[in-house]
Amino acid sequence: MPNFDYAPAPESRSIVDIQPSYGLFIGGEMVDPIDGTRFKTVNPATEEVLSEVVAAGSQDVDRAVDAARAAYDGAWSRLSGRDRGKYLYRLARIVQERSRELAVLESIDNGKPIRESRDVDVPLVAAHFFYYAGWADKLDYAGFGPDPQPLGVAAQIIPWNFPLLMLAWKIAPALACGNTVVLKPAETTPLTALAFADICQQADLPPGVVNIITGAGDTGRTLVEHPGVDKVAFTGSTEVGRQIARSVAGTRKKVTLELGGKAANVVLDDAPLDQAVEGIVNGIFFNQGHVCCAGSRLLVQESVADELLAGLKRRLTTLRLGDPLDKNTDIGAINSAEQLDKIRMLSEVGETEGAERWSPPCELPERGFWFPPTVFTGVSQSHRIAREEIFGPVLSVLTFRTPTEAIEKANNTPYGLSAGVWTDKGSRILWMAQKLRAGVVWANTFNRFDPTSPFGGYKESGYGREGGRHGLGAYLDV
Amino acid sequence: MGWGRTSMSDGHGRLEVRKTYKLYIGGSFPRSESGRSYEVRSADGERFLANAALASRKDARDAVVAARKAFPGWSSATAYNRGQVLYRVAEMLEGRRSQFVHEVGAGEGLKRRDAETAVDAAVDRWVWYAGWSDKVHHVQGSSNPVAGPYFDFSVPEPTGVVALVAPPASSLLGLVSVLAPVIVTGNTAVVVASETAPLPAITLAEVLATSDLPGGVVNLLTGRPAEIAPWLASHMDVNAIDLTGIGDPELATELETAAAENLKRVVRPPADAGGPEPDWSADPGLDRLRAFLETKTVWHPVGI
Repeated sequence: MPNFDYAPAPESRSIVDIQPSYGLFIGGEMVDPIDGTRFKTVNPATEEVLSEVVAAGSQDVDRAVDAARAAYDGAWSRLSGRDRGKYLYRLARIVQERSRELAVLESIDNGKPIRESRDVDVPLVAAHFFYYAGWADKLDYAGFGPDPQPLGVAAQIIPWNFPLLMLAWKIAPALACGNTVVLKPAETTPLTALAFADICQQADLPPGVVNIITGAGDTGRTLVEHPGVDKVAFTGSTEVGRQIARSVAGTRKKVTLELGGKAANVVLDDAPLDQAVEGIVNGIFFNQGHVCCAGSRLLVQESVADELLAGLKRRLTTLRLGDPLDKNTDIGAINSAEQLDKIRMLSEVGETEGAERWSPPCELPERGFWFPPTVFTGVSQSHRIAREEIFGPVLSVLTFRTPTEAIEKANNTPYGLSAGVWTDKGSRILWMAQKLRAGVVWANTFNRFDPTSPFGGYKESGYGREGGRHGLGAYLDV
Repeated sequence: MGWGRTSMSDGHGRLEVRKTYKLYIGGSFPRSESGRSYEVRSADGERFLANAALASRKDARDAVVAARKAFPGWSSATAYNRGQVLYRVAEMLEGRRSQFVHEVGAGEGLKRRDAETAVDAAVDRWVWYAGWSDKVHHVQGSSNPVAGPYFDFSVPEPTGVVALVAPPASSLLGLVSVLAPVIVTGNTAVVVASETAPLPAITLAEVLATSDLPGGVVNLLTGRPAEIAPWLASHMDVNAIDLTGIGDPELATELETAAAENLKRVVRPPADAGGPEPDWSADPGLDRLRAFLETKTVWHPVGI
């Protein structure tokens, strides 16, 4: 059979204009830091330096919180819900208008394939603003009693895996409910948030309603602990979530946390196996596995395990890893050297503990941060790769004999963010969905997201919901 | 408070048979494993009312084990069934009205009429929450119109094992107001009763034990919240903690900090902790129901 190779099909970078350095977006304008320092942000696919951004210092944080407070006490609180909604509609439209630019910028800064940033991330960003725009003048009907009030200044800290999408999940409901925000994007992915600052200016959003400060963990901690903050919303690791929960103890700050996961993706013996293979691939290799709700534990019923794994391995050999801007790429770059080290370390532990490691033949680019799609079989529940969040393209496969055993294994984790179930039998789907202790259950699908659909965890995956009517509760004084 | 003395004698010279007040764990009434007890006196301090068990760390742990054991059954009972069980509790509460009036009056230092008002409000509050068992899904759940060929819905589910520090002053109405919303949705509970006025709580436990409520759904400890609550706040098999009854802000902060270890859902004490208790007779709203509910969202493709 002839071997048909794909020709390169790179998306043009010329649509984005990355400045050599950025300031902080405070009070409606880009400003130089007072006591912040500067650090470089790189393209994880090439290690090329993209720009220099600010690690905001404590005085910068003060200034941003003050600007948010002034906007909250001033123009923003006098605005009707209808007009807040109109601003959000504007933001949604500008995101749509600049969608190609945002998608390319996201792929350059994050390393994710353009196919995902273009078809998933950015459309969902626009959808989120569009959805919450409509809530702004309907809060009386949201089920929280008459005339529900905003909280004040929201400190929002977001991760690097879906930079602009997480920004939208945070900012859209906060503004719809009448809060103002100070948002800190992740250290390694600041660029789309800074582009969003420009979008706020284009929308003529009143100064100080949205403030964006860049930086690493120290900046985040200063922001969370700032006495002028009324609300903390965080998406990230469970360890940092714990620190935040401790640091707000004894305050009146309202907190929502969307943390780690170790989702079970359960395949029962009557599942449509071809569809399940696609779902497993989407569950763990979407976004290089940098997904808190990734289906990182495959639980497959013993009787179909061999057939399923053969199909899965066959499918994985067709995945294309490489240039995130190539429209044929399935697997992009790992977001940072640090994350790559963590994935390598846990994979080595997987081998040491006795699990069998497999990857398809896969050539890794010489520069940049890369890790091949990897499957571990013969994994037991005590293995670290079955318990700890790897946050990379690494799947741990376990087997079970009965649905009851599958539930026990699936729930045997301190996490509870998401789960998947594959079966053709309706009553089994609903039984499994009832028994799984997780905030999102995908049945015969995986990794679907929508602004109308509440998302968030049980147990140590955090608390509060984002999306839907439920997402409003996080930003109202209820 | 002449009426209060009827608990000591019936006024006709007959010597009263007194009650032993014990803990309530897993459906049984044990003494504290520590063998300790403490003296409960009337609100004015003038009369000895009873010796209550002084619960220990071991008692708290036993209570958590019992609550965890009861969780699968109680959380998967039908909403109709939970509603009927809770309504049955209200029937039993009503039957013990005069006993509660005595205990609340003596423990809180209320005039008879005020004690009656508090007890009646507690029974009515219990009935109100009982009715929520099969209605909370309507107001907390949703069908979600996602932009794609998927059926997508969200349902409320109980958080798990909930630890509660009951309000110190309102020994029955306050207790009912924090406990009923926790268990009606399918959570199981470990309650630390009012330290100074624990007797109505123990009588409530006797009501629960005779009301079809499965053992372990509610576990009740009497003693010092400052001693017991830290073990509950740091217990890794407790999913949520309600600190309403913690009056000391420093202790509340310590407990909230400890609760962060496994990311417990925390209900903080009222803003002016240490000040007067909230008005428990006010409309409670849905906040306490919501505080111990998770939202589960289920997706399924639509197609032929």
